[in-house]
Amino acid sequence: MSGLPTLLYKEVLRFSKVSTQTIGAPVLTAALFLFILSHVMGGRVRMYDAVPYAAFLVPGLVMMSVLQNAFANSSSSLIQSKITGNIIFVLLPPLSYVEFFAAYVLAAVVRGMVVGTAVLLVTLPFVDMSFRYPLWVVAFAIAGSSVLGALGMLAGIWAEKIDQVAAFQNFLIMPLTFLSGVFYSVHSLPDFWQGLSHFNPFFYMIDGFRYGFFGVSDVDPLWSFAVVAVFLGLVSGLTLALLKSGYKLRY
Amino acid sequence: MSAAIELRGVHKRFGELQALCGIDLDIRQGEFFGLLGPNGAGKTTLISILAGLVRADRGSARVMGHDVRADYRAARRSLGVVPQELVFDPFFSVRETLRIQSGYFGIRDNRAWIDEVMRHLDLTAKADVNMRALSGGMKRRVLVAQALVHKPPVIVLDEPTAGVDVELRQALWQFIRRLNREGHTIVLTTHYLEEAEALCGRIAMLKQGRVVALDSTANLLKRVHHLFLRLRLVGELPEELRPLEHGGTAGAHVLRLRGYDDVEQTLATIRRAGCRIEEMELMQPDLEDVFVDVMQRS
Repeated sequence: MSGLPTLLYKEVLRFSKVSTQTIGAPVLTAALFLFILSHVMGGRVRMYDAVPYAAFLVPGLVMMSVLQNAFANSSSSLIQSKITGNIIFVLLPPLSYVEFFAAYVLAAVVRGMVVGTAVLLVTLPFVDMSFRYPLWVVAFAIAGSSVLGALGMLAGIWAEKIDQVAAFQNFLIMPLTFLSGVFYSVHSLPDFWQGLSHFNPFFYMIDGFRYGFFGVSDVDPLWSFAVVAVFLGLVSGLTLALLKSGYKLRY
Repeated sequence: MSAAIELRGVHKRFGELQALCGIDLDIRQGEFFGLLGPNGAGKTTLISILAGLVRADRGSARVMGHDVRADYRAARRSLGVVPQELVFDPFFSVRETLRIQSGYFGIRDNRAWIDEVMRHLDLTAKADVNMRALSGGMKRRVLVAQALVHKPPVIVLDEPTAGVDVELRQALWQFIRRLNREGHTIVLTTHYLEEAEALCGRIAMLKQGRVVALDSTANLLKRVHHLFLRLRLVGELPEELRPLEHGGTAGAHVLRLRGYDDVEQTLATIRRAGCRIEEMELMQPDLEDVFVDVMQRS
């Protein structure tokens, strides 16, 4: 029998034991974003010509929460284990580096999906939402949280201190998320910024995810999914290579 | 029958520091083996190589015949390690910790063995207590239990009794001795040499990454031929005996003698000097003397 299910279970149990911080807090943040932004912008802006701003905002906020929490889960678990030294408990057993990777990424996906669902449920009563293509919604949520789960692993493996993980989150993950169209359609940006957005893989995650709700998007969802899949392959490949080499884990 | 542990030409360097320089060592199945050496001798590095936490630059390491790199799954299933650092996962209770650790080894229902291990280590009353709430000694017991959840044939204890009270030390050794009697190979590193002397059948001494002594405990003890005479005198120690002095405690003198023949001469010297012996004890050399001797010579 493999140790993968247990490592996945342990990672899920870990974040559920502190659910106020890992689920409650991001839901509150997303709800505040919705209430404030929709109040300020709501009467003035309609997206894709027909969608009210608050409804447009909800999928962006949900996906932002999914991505940020998937990243937080794997990165914080690894860095905490490294700092406290209890990483030894998962290095001593006969777990392969692929199982190790799969367990942390799957746990990140679970955390992302739980937080995303909670944000959606909390915000739904305040907006009139449509769910045109739910399979796209699920597909982009899983692919996006997998990418961020793997990125979180990269950060957790590379970092030696908690502030290095925080720097990774604040200077890379946050800007890429905020500049990906969570709060706006990239078509409302000047040409230069619109062009630049297309180099941001997070943009495709959010745009494709939003397509699942409204059936309209800035980019063809198939193309978006292909970009996200390639990015997932690259990040996973790099993480697996580091795990295989034992980088900063096995000296 | 393969050796429990087999090390061949193991080298490891950390930057400028050559931690291990060509270790060759065989530990037979069923042995109670001691790995001794001063701080920085390479004991923990050696254990870490066996456990797969550190990768050797050169050479090979096998546990129960399984190479720790090529056949790591079988090697790690065969090995239980009690680490030196007092580490724990603050999210879980004792029982959760042990259940999860079993699961990592692919063992799904391990309740009976977990209960037995907890009973032997006196952890049953704390089974549902969070790890954070345990004392240092209790956390150490959980570390021992974690190393045993998958019933490994080889158990490595890296200074398991550092900072541990007498009660746990005795309970721990009783349990480990029982496991050894049942066929488990035990490898122990400790700074308490009297523990190693009492428990280990064979001992390797390490210094600066090399094995400088490897023999049965009995043979090692025979290496030191001198003995010690502890005396409490009324009056001063005669001047000619001063060079033999080897420490002393609370008003007593300890003299290092080459053999039994020296005892008579020493007593005669004391008599001639007009001193009266208030208390006298003849002491055999212990492992600490052997250790000091080996470290000074190598």
